[in-house]
Amino acid sequence: MAKQYETVIGLEVHVELSTKTKIFCGCSTAFGGAPNTHTCPVCTGMPGSLPVLNKQVLEYAMAVGLATDCAITRYCKFDRKNYFYPDNPQNYQISQLYLPICKNGKVEIETAEGKKTVGIHEIHMEEDAGKLIHDEWEDCSLVDYNRSGVPLIEIVSEPDMRSAEEVIAYLEKLRMILQYLGVSDCKLQEGSMRADVNLSVREAGTEKFGTRTEMKNLNSFRSIKRAIEGERERQIELLEAGREVLQETRRWDDNKEESYAMRSKEDAQDYRYFPDPDLVPIVVSDEWIDEIRSRQPELRSEKMERYKREYDIPDYDIDIITGSKHMADIFEATVAISGQPKKAANWLMVETLRLLKENDMEPEDIRFSPENLAKLIKLTDEKVINSSVAKEVFEVMFDRNINPQVYIEEKGLKTVNDQNALRKTVEEVIEANPRSVEDYLNGKEKAIGFLVGQTMKAMQGKADPGMVNEILKLMLRNK
Amino acid sequence: MDILKWTATELAAKIKNKEVTVMEAAQAVLDSIEKKERHYNCYITVDNEGIMKRAEDIQRRIDSGELTGRLAGVPVAIKDNMCTQGMLTTCASRMLGNFIPVFSSEAVLNLEKEGALIIGKTNMDEFAMGSTTETSAYGETKNPWDESRVPGGSSGGSAAAVAAQECFFALGSDTGGSIRQPASYCGVVGMKPTYGTVSRYGLIAYGSSLDQIGPISKDVTDCAAILEVLASHDKKDSTSIFRNDTDFTSALIEDVQGMRIGIPKDYLGEGLDAEVKEAVLRAAQVLKEKGAVVEEFDLSLVEYAIPAYYTIAAAEASSNLERFDGIKYGYRTRDYEGLHNMYKKSRSEGFGAEVKRRIMLGSFVLSSGYYDAYYLKALKVKALIKKAFDEAFSRYDLILGPVAPTTAPRLGESLADPIKMYLGDIYTISVNLAGLPAMSVPCGKDSQGLPIGLQLIGNCFQEKKIIQAAYTYEKARGVFGTPTAEKEKV
Repeated sequence: MAKQYETVIGLEVHVELSTKTKIFCGCSTAFGGAPNTHTCPVCTGMPGSLPVLNKQVLEYAMAVGLATDCAITRYCKFDRKNYFYPDNPQNYQISQLYLPICKNGKVEIETAEGKKTVGIHEIHMEEDAGKLIHDEWEDCSLVDYNRSGVPLIEIVSEPDMRSAEEVIAYLEKLRMILQYLGVSDCKLQEGSMRADVNLSVREAGTEKFGTRTEMKNLNSFRSIKRAIEGERERQIELLEAGREVLQETRRWDDNKEESYAMRSKEDAQDYRYFPDPDLVPIVVSDEWIDEIRSRQPELRSEKMERYKREYDIPDYDIDIITGSKHMADIFEATVAISGQPKKAANWLMVETLRLLKENDMEPEDIRFSPENLAKLIKLTDEKVINSSVAKEVFEVMFDRNINPQVYIEEKGLKTVNDQNALRKTVEEVIEANPRSVEDYLNGKEKAIGFLVGQTMKAMQGKADPGMVNEILKLMLRNK
Repeated sequence: MDILKWTATELAAKIKNKEVTVMEAAQAVLDSIEKKERHYNCYITVDNEGIMKRAEDIQRRIDSGELTGRLAGVPVAIKDNMCTQGMLTTCASRMLGNFIPVFSSEAVLNLEKEGALIIGKTNMDEFAMGSTTETSAYGETKNPWDESRVPGGSSGGSAAAVAAQECFFALGSDTGGSIRQPASYCGVVGMKPTYGTVSRYGLIAYGSSLDQIGPISKDVTDCAAILEVLASHDKKDSTSIFRNDTDFTSALIEDVQGMRIGIPKDYLGEGLDAEVKEAVLRAAQVLKEKGAVVEEFDLSLVEYAIPAYYTIAAAEASSNLERFDGIKYGYRTRDYEGLHNMYKKSRSEGFGAEVKRRIMLGSFVLSSGYYDAYYLKALKVKALIKKAFDEAFSRYDLILGPVAPTTAPRLGESLADPIKMYLGDIYTISVNLAGLPAMSVPCGKDSQGLPIGLQLIGNCFQEKKIIQAAYTYEKARGVFGTPTAEKEKV
């Protein structure tokens, strides 16, 4: 019988924090911007410049630590990681090695296999590097330091995961925590969340870990899943062939869907880490931790519990809505204005999800305001517009966040409630469709549907179909 | 009227009293530079074009009552490792031969706020690494007392410029004695304040945890006045300390009655030149006669200070100097193939031998497998040295000793044997390791007429005790003289 293998996976997740300014200077962290416009002497490594820690970065890191059950390091320091590369203006990165801000935490994940705890080894703070642009045409390289000094935290897990599903569940869980804390937008594609996968395999039942590799350049859940599966197979093949797995760093090629070795353990650089003498040690008091804890926002699991208590909506809806902090925020604000949790949930669950899917958008990209959604709900409730007009209006709102009240006035979409006008149209429809009238009078109940449709069409949709139905029945009875 | 003979505070007072103008003072300095620079080479850059215009501007602001500072209008020289906006800042290295900073260091800004007139940038050992100012890429500075000798270092250009009356005072930086030792060799006053007292923002770092900017001046009064202007709490420097006791001139009091002064026996032992020892003990005797209680004691650990210092300073330097890679500013080699070749050639050609030696030493002590044995151990020694000083300061107000084992060596003597040169820092470097303030005051000359410095060391934040004792000593000592005066005698 073939040997059974177990995959052992640990993750290093880099998260860009959404502070307004950089970690060691006052420059903007805004994405985009002309090259080297969000820079100053500090983040371009000018001689004589000195770093000063952005307190917000520290508090965000502590908030993440508290949300993942970590111990907060009371005496913490920054270290310099020395390596030469042009995207790194000082040729050292300010990071944390010896005394990281958070240690020994955990998060709970859930997969088809059930619940499981994944340990957090540590969380440390560091600065991001700039961006190199290789101009093949001019045969030169340019460097943009806008990203240099943007704050990052690196969340290092224990090697507790055993499958791609667990890895995805862990990443989703982290993303939820970070988004709910409001410390990062966690967009893999834009690089504000990046995961490196450490993977080894071992024969099922053995204690000893196999030799691991580190996989870099994974920028979607899909590529993470493919890379894990591919690397597991590659390592098993090596072992089956009686060969060794080499400890190395590999790079994932998303187009070819395969990885290649970047550097082996032997040519690993010596980073010569040492405490940065330009930054003083940080002493964290109990009071400070308590203050951060008291400011922690409601996390997803707490929100789900509360929705169950407060709103009469299905668990499935709660799961979807709280799956995005942004969507949950819109939901709650809409409910607060309209007092209609079920209707608010329906708009999000049906029309919003459909439009997001059609437009290939994420829930984070939702642009319409809760105020406008609440207005739309009210307009429908009060039968100012009918449901099909409401859907039309919603599509425009989804696209441009228009005020539905103003929009329907401008476009004249209000339902016509004038009985005489309706009656006149109905008469015309009856005149024009003798076959259907006859069918109806001969007992074909369904034929009335066609007549309602024709009337609605003639009214350009601006009628209450219920009212049309009633008038039709009344007038046909008199035939 | 010999303007150049005045001290900085005297000149400022006379400018204020309209006895002399800022332009006249500036012209006197420019004339002095013109006459002496070819002998001494104190400066790397003199702002010949800009200085008169700035002098006029300062004069106007003094006349309008806008500038009332105690250094208003006084010409000052800045060590070339402090950034000056728009003015070449080289660190005496080929690496920064074309570097013009986009901002000024906080210490320079503090001087400018007070109305001081920046003349130019002084020569130094490359990146402040050296004890002689001979490692400069712009030629060595010569000691104005004897041109065949070094001025000391690394702030040799600053100390020599003050001694040669090519400025009224200067800024130096002190990582292991780089202010005090050249001050001692050049017969001027130099002070390294408590770590954190003067902002390091804009000081191009050598050993960040040890570097501190301080004044080099003609006398103790100037020293106190300048330090008062330099000291500030700077939010741009995380290691800057808020102090509300920086009114240093209030300590210019002629009184050491009952002051307890300890002389470490370790500072008087083997290796100390007999004439230096005699002069230092004579100075101690003067303070004793003025009422101080002076005694010898065992400081301990002195022999570990040099290896600990060279480990820590080199480690920090190896990292601090990584940014000089030829990419963003500074020197880039002409021909190269690929990135790594460019790094290698730019740095090999841009840095001098002493800088490379320390980068290699520092990289070694931080490398994996050696970190614990060297760097961590050095940090432990540093902590023990601090403890030894704490212990000493529980018994003494001040510690007194020599600044350097000898007077200024001859040019070319020191670099041949770097270990010997490093050992010359023995009395100054513990002060940096412990973050303490210390001053060098001229206390005599040897048989060849070379100045000898007396070192007064205080506990952290006790600059005032140092100033008070130094001021009392200086009054008792009388006029020390200048090389110009000596030469005029002949």
